[in-house]
Amino acid sequence: MDFLSLFVIVPVLMLVAFLPCKNIKQVRTVAVIGSSVLLILSFVLLFMFLAERNAGNTAEMLFTADYLWYPALNIHYSVGVDGISVVMLLLSSIIVFTGTFASWNINPLPKDFFMWLILLSIGVFGFFISIDLFTMLLFYEVALIPMYLLIGLWGTGRKEYSAMKLTLMLMGGSAFLILGILGIYFNSAADGGALTFNLLEIGKVHIPIEMQRIFFPLTFVGFGVLGAMFPFHTWSPDGHASAPTAVSMLHAGVLMKLGGYGCFRIALSLMPDAAHEQAWIFLLLTGISVVYGAFGAIHQTDLKYINAYSSVSHCGLVLFALLMLNETATTGAIMQMLSHGLMTALFFALIGMIYGRTHTRDIREMQGLMRIMPFLSVCYVIAGLASLGLPGLSGFVAEMTIFVGSFAHDDLFHRILTIVAVSSIVITAVYILRVVGKILYGEVQDKHHLELTDAVWYEKVSVVGLIVCVAAMGCFPGWISDIIRGSLGGLTALFN
Amino acid sequence: MSYTLLILALPILMFLVLGLGGSKMKPAVAGLLGTLGLGVVAICSYAAAYQYFFEIGKVGEVYQKITAYNFEWLTFTDKLHIDLGIMLDPISVMMLVVISTVSLMVHIYSFGYMKGERGFQRYYALLSLFTFSMLGLVVAGNIFQMYIFWELVGVSSYSLIGFYYLKPSAIRASKKAFIVTRFADFFFLVGILLVSYFSGSFDFATLTDSNAEWVRTIGGASFLGISALSWGLMFIFMGGAGKSAMLPFHIWLPDAMEGPTPVSALIHAATMVVAGVFLVARLFPIYVFGAPEVLTIISYVGAITALFAAVVACTQTDIKRVLAFSTISQIAYMITALGVSGYGGHDGLGYMASMFHLFTHAFFKALLFLGAGAVIHAVHSNEMADMGGLKKYLPITHITFLIACLAIAGIPPFSGFFSKDEILVAAFHHDKIVFCILYFVAGLTAFYMFRLYYRIFWGENEKHYHHEPHEGGLNVMTFPLIFLGLLTLVTGFIPFSEFITSDGAAFHTHIDWLIAPLSVGVGVVGIAIATILYRKHNEKPDKIAVSLNGFYVAVSRKFYFDEVWLFVTKKVIFNNISRPIAWFDRHVIDGFMNMWAYVSNWTSSKIKGIQSGVTQDYSWAFIVGALVIVVLSVWALLV
Repeated sequence: MDFLSLFVIVPVLMLVAFLPCKNIKQVRTVAVIGSSVLLILSFVLLFMFLAERNAGNTAEMLFTADYLWYPALNIHYSVGVDGISVVMLLLSSIIVFTGTFASWNINPLPKDFFMWLILLSIGVFGFFISIDLFTMLLFYEVALIPMYLLIGLWGTGRKEYSAMKLTLMLMGGSAFLILGILGIYFNSAADGGALTFNLLEIGKVHIPIEMQRIFFPLTFVGFGVLGAMFPFHTWSPDGHASAPTAVSMLHAGVLMKLGGYGCFRIALSLMPDAAHEQAWIFLLLTGISVVYGAFGAIHQTDLKYINAYSSVSHCGLVLFALLMLNETATTGAIMQMLSHGLMTALFFALIGMIYGRTHTRDIREMQGLMRIMPFLSVCYVIAGLASLGLPGLSGFVAEMTIFVGSFAHDDLFHRILTIVAVSSIVITAVYILRVVGKILYGEVQDKHHLELTDAVWYEKVSVVGLIVCVAAMGCFPGWISDIIRGSLGGLTALFN
Repeated sequence: MSYTLLILALPILMFLVLGLGGSKMKPAVAGLLGTLGLGVVAICSYAAAYQYFFEIGKVGEVYQKITAYNFEWLTFTDKLHIDLGIMLDPISVMMLVVISTVSLMVHIYSFGYMKGERGFQRYYALLSLFTFSMLGLVVAGNIFQMYIFWELVGVSSYSLIGFYYLKPSAIRASKKAFIVTRFADFFFLVGILLVSYFSGSFDFATLTDSNAEWVRTIGGASFLGISALSWGLMFIFMGGAGKSAMLPFHIWLPDAMEGPTPVSALIHAATMVVAGVFLVARLFPIYVFGAPEVLTIISYVGAITALFAAVVACTQTDIKRVLAFSTISQIAYMITALGVSGYGGHDGLGYMASMFHLFTHAFFKALLFLGAGAVIHAVHSNEMADMGGLKKYLPITHITFLIACLAIAGIPPFSGFFSKDEILVAAFHHDKIVFCILYFVAGLTAFYMFRLYYRIFWGENEKHYHHEPHEGGLNVMTFPLIFLGLLTLVTGFIPFSEFITSDGAAFHTHIDWLIAPLSVGVGVVGIAIATILYRKHNEKPDKIAVSLNGFYVAVSRKFYFDEVWLFVTKKVIFNNISRPIAWFDRHVIDGFMNMWAYVSNWTSSKIKGIQSGVTQDYSWAFIVGALVIVVLSVWALLV
């Protein structure tokens, strides 16, 4: 029994514990206990990881465990973490924890809702701890499927359409991905030895460049769909707009990070030569994402659409930075994943809470909320400021690391693209302040809104928890950046 | 010098305490707490200034940069890392004194001005945040720390302009201020990226070292025929132009007057708006040695802005807007002074004059704004038309306002005379065209300031006020006026060139007997014209306005800059970029995805008829299939 598998076992135990639950109180109890345990586990893991590293353990992956699962194809259940997975696990457990509080009054069928949600988080946690490609893919699919039901059953608006669209598009991505992974698998033993799915072992062999040229784009696009890369991002606005609060949080906060993480860990790390050759194509696409998403957000009127387009822009920056193929930009990309995960979860939580009160997400129908719900409004402003990159909050450090890293190229192409990406900070300010000015400030227009109340305790737990994380990362970014940078040492082929 | 850490720690602490717990405190307690905190900060700043200038700053004959505190905050690469810390040198210490003094006065004044306002605690919390950001900006030892606090300053300014968040005009103004300065900050950031890439450092020590290796290597890199260093420094200046409201980024500042008046005094007159001047001054050596052509551009941007703003100020009727345009004009003066300056000794006169003017201007402009605040507080209006004859109701305000007007008009012995004179001398020796513009602006300044003064305090004694305006002797609102008035009287006599020079070494300045009478003369002429036109209410000003017709309208509409910006944002960005993108996304990109779904659906519905469930159909298919196979096999055998 190894420590990392607890991240999968605890949610499984939660699923079992949900079964006998009779009412919403019991469901909540199980959910809160379970997600707290996960949160504690991820902090324990962080400290264990730091202790190991300080003790001088320089192994690429720590806390590894390996069980042969399907010998015929040499598939293992094989786990291990480096600094990047540790921080991603931390992010996931924070979002699951706060998401639990954000769906306190989910209706109908709370038990089923939480079961699907926890199943989804099994996929997420499993993906981040795995170092076997096949197992990763398995967990990846586990994370995608519950989304269909969660949106289709508990969503709002055109939920069936959105659920179908989201699932089909992501499944389309998976199809590419499976091809890519099989391609890697069948080239994982250059000298005719045993084929393997193990990331570490594949990292040691050199996949022939002709094969890389074919399978790199497949893998990258496969994960890129989930990372909302232009032009495969359109599932995101519809999906997020229809999803219930906690699902939006988990999806934008964590699931989209699976895309970035996969691009980095599988596509880029395993096939660096093709990455160098083809990076420019994807740089153009992701560069478009960054600016296009931001401009797209300006024109939206639905709060969730605004945020979804903003996510396209911010997640575009993640892939953009990864493709810059240097250490600083990659560090920035991972930090941006964390930062975007936290603040977008915060946004969706707040939007859910506002929607739960006003029953509208149309910014034209709300005004003067600051007067009625000061707590939620101030938090919304803070989330907005984090999103537009205010120093002291998480967005700033991540974006600056990306920009400094991306600009460190000698050629004009990379530099001009970087400047184009930097311009997104202005556009972001435009759409954030537009929303804030429109819905929070001014006099209350709708008389019914005057009777609305401010946040209650469980909502505050969720929101304050996320704000503390956003501020902590923004004020003390050094240790996170060091953990991430410490895990990039082995990637010399990628960063030459 | 570890007590300097308090200068930063206290304001941020106050912000957190008042911001988180303010709603549970009584307003007076919150205000007192904030003011006390700032009092300590001011004392620390004075102590630091004394210690720096008279005890430890000077090594040999030259003032050195002293790092009082420093730690590595975020590492990018081995060479590039953001440090946070406190660096003391002549200009940062001077700024500490200016900021903490003005901020303290504003804290005290606000007790009276903001009394009974909703959100009193929030107001003090935001003032503390602003003071923290501004102090952090000036003590920055590297350009990235400066950028960090630069952004924080922007946000605190945003929230203070929008303090009255129920007022649509305040919401619009705050949004405008933030976005316009953010747009300029984009250039600033690109400039930082560019310069730091070549220099391999964010440190001012490296960046301003004109002998450094990187200045030579960057010379080779160029883009569109202009060296990379010039591009970088130009971009950085554009960032500064945003905060300092230079053309064409000035449009946010007049609107920023929507904030409470004490805020205008602190942020939009004395401290934040000089950040751009401070930025150029901070990087001055590299501007001089690395890109003198950029410095020439800077001097012209400054001169044109000074002229533009002074002309517009003559036509405004909102007293805070007049002051706002006068601020733009005066800051442009400082920028121009940097532009016409050389380096070292007397060549660096412009640099020293710029800093001197920054110093004196901060006090008399804060005084003008606080005085305007007192007037607005008394008559509940910003419009000149609602004022007149106030000198008998508001005697203290009147006298102090007059002192400030004389100072800005450049009349000796008030502080503005000395600093403005130095700027004119520097311009005269460097560039005659710039000098002529500045000289004309000096006259205009005297004119519009006295237009303002007469229309507030003179004329129409019979004017009827609903509530008789009063100020009530010495109190929290008049004390800052008197204190700043005294400062305006004495600060001009500080031998500035002994302390703050471009290279840190002292030199002697004296009054230039060629320029000084000329500049006083033009000031007196300006005042005289204003006296004739505005001392008593008469028809002359209107007649002149009518005779100028189209020009007058253009000026009073501020040369249509706002309209142009509005056109760009609303029409171009919102309607011609954002809307098509949103449409394209929904209909083309997403339409493509939907088309796939549609095509699959359609194909499936077309071919589903094959699975009809009718046995005869299946047997037909079976027979045809079998025949095809037979034919193919036979054909294969034969060929």
